[in-house]
Amino acid sequence: MAALAHDGHHGHDHHEESFVSKYIFSQDHKMIGKQFLMTAVFMGIVAMMLSIFFRIQLAWPGESSDFLNAFLGDRWAPDGILSQDMYLGLVTIHGTIMVFFVLTGGLSGTFSNILIPLQIGARDMASGFLNMISYWLFFLSSIIMLVSLFVETGPAMAGWTIYPPLSALPQAVSGSGLGMTLWLVSMAIFIASSLIGSLNYIVTVLNLRTKGMKMTRMPLTIWAFLVTAILGVLSFPVLLSAALLLLMDRSLGTSFYLSDIVVGGEMLDNVGGSPILYQHLFWFLGHPEVYIVLLPALGLSSEIISTNSRKPIFGYRAMIGSILAIGFLSFIVWGHHMFITGMNPFLGSVFVFTTLLIAIPSAVKVFNYLTTLWKGSIVYTPAILFAIGLVSTFITGGVTGIILADSALDIAIHDTYFVVAHFHIVMGMSAIFGMFAGIYHWFPKMFGRMLNNRLGYVHFWITIVGAYGVFFPMHFVGLAGAPRRYYDYSVYEGFNSNSYEMMLDLNVIISIFAILSALGQALFLFNFFYSIFRGQVAPQNPWRSSTLEWTTPVKHIHGNWPGALPTVHRWPYDYSKPGMEEDFVSQITPLMEGEEEH
Amino acid sequence: MAGHATNEIDGAILWGGKVSPFSASYGKLMMWFFLVSDALTFGGLLVAYGFSRYAFDGMWPIGEETFEALPFLGNGFPLAYVALMTFILIVSSVTMVLAVEAGHRMDKKGVVKWMLATIIGGFFFLGSQAWEWSHFIHGTEFGRVALSDGSSAVVKGEFGKIESFTVIEVGHHAHGMVAGDEITNENIDASEVDLMHAFQHAASAGHLHATADGLTITLHDGTKAKVNKEADKNLELLIKEAGSKYPVSLPSDASTRVSGEEAISEYYEALSHGNVIYGANLEQNEYGPKQYGQFFFFITGFHGFHVFSGVIINILIFAGVLKGIYHKRGHYEMVEKTGLYWHFVDLVWVFVFTFFYLI
Repeated sequence: MAALAHDGHHGHDHHEESFVSKYIFSQDHKMIGKQFLMTAVFMGIVAMMLSIFFRIQLAWPGESSDFLNAFLGDRWAPDGILSQDMYLGLVTIHGTIMVFFVLTGGLSGTFSNILIPLQIGARDMASGFLNMISYWLFFLSSIIMLVSLFVETGPAMAGWTIYPPLSALPQAVSGSGLGMTLWLVSMAIFIASSLIGSLNYIVTVLNLRTKGMKMTRMPLTIWAFLVTAILGVLSFPVLLSAALLLLMDRSLGTSFYLSDIVVGGEMLDNVGGSPILYQHLFWFLGHPEVYIVLLPALGLSSEIISTNSRKPIFGYRAMIGSILAIGFLSFIVWGHHMFITGMNPFLGSVFVFTTLLIAIPSAVKVFNYLTTLWKGSIVYTPAILFAIGLVSTFITGGVTGIILADSALDIAIHDTYFVVAHFHIVMGMSAIFGMFAGIYHWFPKMFGRMLNNRLGYVHFWITIVGAYGVFFPMHFVGLAGAPRRYYDYSVYEGFNSNSYEMMLDLNVIISIFAILSALGQALFLFNFFYSIFRGQVAPQNPWRSSTLEWTTPVKHIHGNWPGALPTVHRWPYDYSKPGMEEDFVSQITPLMEGEEEH
Repeated sequence: MAGHATNEIDGAILWGGKVSPFSASYGKLMMWFFLVSDALTFGGLLVAYGFSRYAFDGMWPIGEETFEALPFLGNGFPLAYVALMTFILIVSSVTMVLAVEAGHRMDKKGVVKWMLATIIGGFFFLGSQAWEWSHFIHGTEFGRVALSDGSSAVVKGEFGKIESFTVIEVGHHAHGMVAGDEITNENIDASEVDLMHAFQHAASAGHLHATADGLTITLHDGTKAKVNKEADKNLELLIKEAGSKYPVSLPSDASTRVSGEEAISEYYEALSHGNVIYGANLEQNEYGPKQYGQFFFFITGFHGFHVFSGVIINILIFAGVLKGIYHKRGHYEMVEKTGLYWHFVDLVWVFVFTFFYLI
């Protein structure tokens, strides 16, 4: 049994640490979680700014803006008008940063790190060293991605999905050169970071649970992080193989993805490759990636909704089952991104069917949230508001998902703003709302201080109104026929001036909402940074929650619990249990005589 | 050891915290999940290969025809060498198992012995792969030719030995040569390597010329020479892509091949037009479509990189074993974890082997 005795050796020592080992090259999961969060917040601000730049172009095409000129300079915004190349670059890097750096690295990196050891009763992650490596690779890849914005020929411009041939031929657009290379290098490092992090999360959850912490006593957050990590381990390597082949096509003249291409009137000698192959490989990652982004948010909101409704989560096992089902189904639906690639309609119908199946576990989750809230004694903290916001956007975006899953409909609206609206609401907004909910809820655990609630409420209302204001009208822009990633729609004026007018009007409304909700985030940033230093000192258990993390000292210590690890006696959702003194019972409270476990 | 504990611990306890549900240390579990992940990387690559092969409209190269050479023994041994390589690699997996088993018994000498054998097996495989690549890159003596009717053929038979070149017209790096001198493998310019290389370079560059009394060749430096060559024997053309005159040859039916005088004249005509490809690179290869060579280099290369990393890791752990680190630690789990990686690399080879050589 020697091999089993490994756990428990971590972090018993409380020796003083140097600044570098405590704040920079820390191996403590709590500090690493905060490092992920800080990086993600910064990357989030950058990505949001990029979106404001191109929203200005979409709402007021061709009008001069000193604001754009100030940020992008004469190279990319001559006379204050955004250049067409940079428009593509902004769209690409906005998508890449948001999907990978904020919602994958940021969301899962932050909360898996902070919550997994705390909620399962572990001293730290299985390997603190690998955990540190994972963060610093993430940091390095973030830096490279940001650096690509400053390259003379511009960042990658092929969209966040970097389809070849745009991404495979350095001469395709100006960003296809060095910018694209940096994109690929950054993503390769990101994949390594994600893999190392995920391996750590998985084995920590499986191996390092404290006594009594059965798999069926784990909070749903942990289940969500576990399945997320497994999805990451299974799907990112396929993106890696796709990216490696792409690198070969770019630099060694192979033709894996290229065939019969004419650039500038000259026929290239690439024959026999297929760009569709890239799409298959990409979306085999790409679709699970959606759930890598979404599942942690769903896990966080499960916890927050139950705690603040003062009710046990409705259908705990059904929730676990639906997480697992979503995780499984996410691997067999990738074709729904490719209905218009000339796919055999019969194969398409298979993908339609598997995609529609996802509606079932998703609906299970939604109804369980609603039934948990139903007749609860809801404590309206900012965290639960954001969690309810998530439920709302999850429904709104989920419903349009059913429309897009149907190949017959998708063929008509593929690559229009309808799709943009759908995935921003269901994936972008839901995940961001889950992330905000998590930050508001666990801020006291992370920093030992409370966030200001009043600012939190204002932040929530600005954000939810802003989110719907931005993304809801996009459905109509898309149905009017506007394709995504277009710099300018004025060509539509000739076909149908009415629908062009509508697109333009809606784009103005969307951009105004986007600018306002971006400004609203300043409130959050102020609240966040002010509270880290000046916030009200957090009590031991501010939300009167029954999970393990609230039994650790407010001031962080190495090894999390000063004495022995706690023993778990019950599930994490004993709220308002009849016959109990308080409306919550901590997981470490032994069952009373004759008491049944939920 | 941990591996034996599964049956002794009640399942309910295993999943109830404090004990690993898989009765394995986190490090071993991490290795397993890493291997699952790596398997998907290879899966992605092999699926991409399958996709390209399936989408290709025409004949894909057949393993037995492409890989039929043995070092020192020449051609005519389909898949023999790769079978040997594969066998050695699988044997190295067996020796790894024996090393792990010796580790369970805390038998340091045994671990040392079997790990050493594993490392040697790994080096043998890497060396063989280097030879295999080199052979693949240099290709056959005949190459693949495009015939005058637009068809494309590979050539079978015995290539007549090139004895010498007789200089007809001296080029600009004369080296004291005069017309009528013999260029042989001994006195040939170093940039030409040997007569065979010079012949192949000239053929693919269109610098061979058929004349009434044989072949003349133009070398790099402009020297014109007559090629003195033994006659080719049993020359046959296997048509791979049909042209206006020749249909595709059937593997089972010898009568569909082009043979005899006709084969010789067609072959030398193609040679004198430079319509010949020798060996393989990323742009083209004599065996079949571009993607065949590209995928072969990338996937076997990626696997070779894994084997190489595996050998390096094995050496590092071997050094640890020699130092007695694991003996002091009381268990040889590191050897076991490396072993997992090594078995995985072997397993992947079985798939790569199947995809590129067997089917």
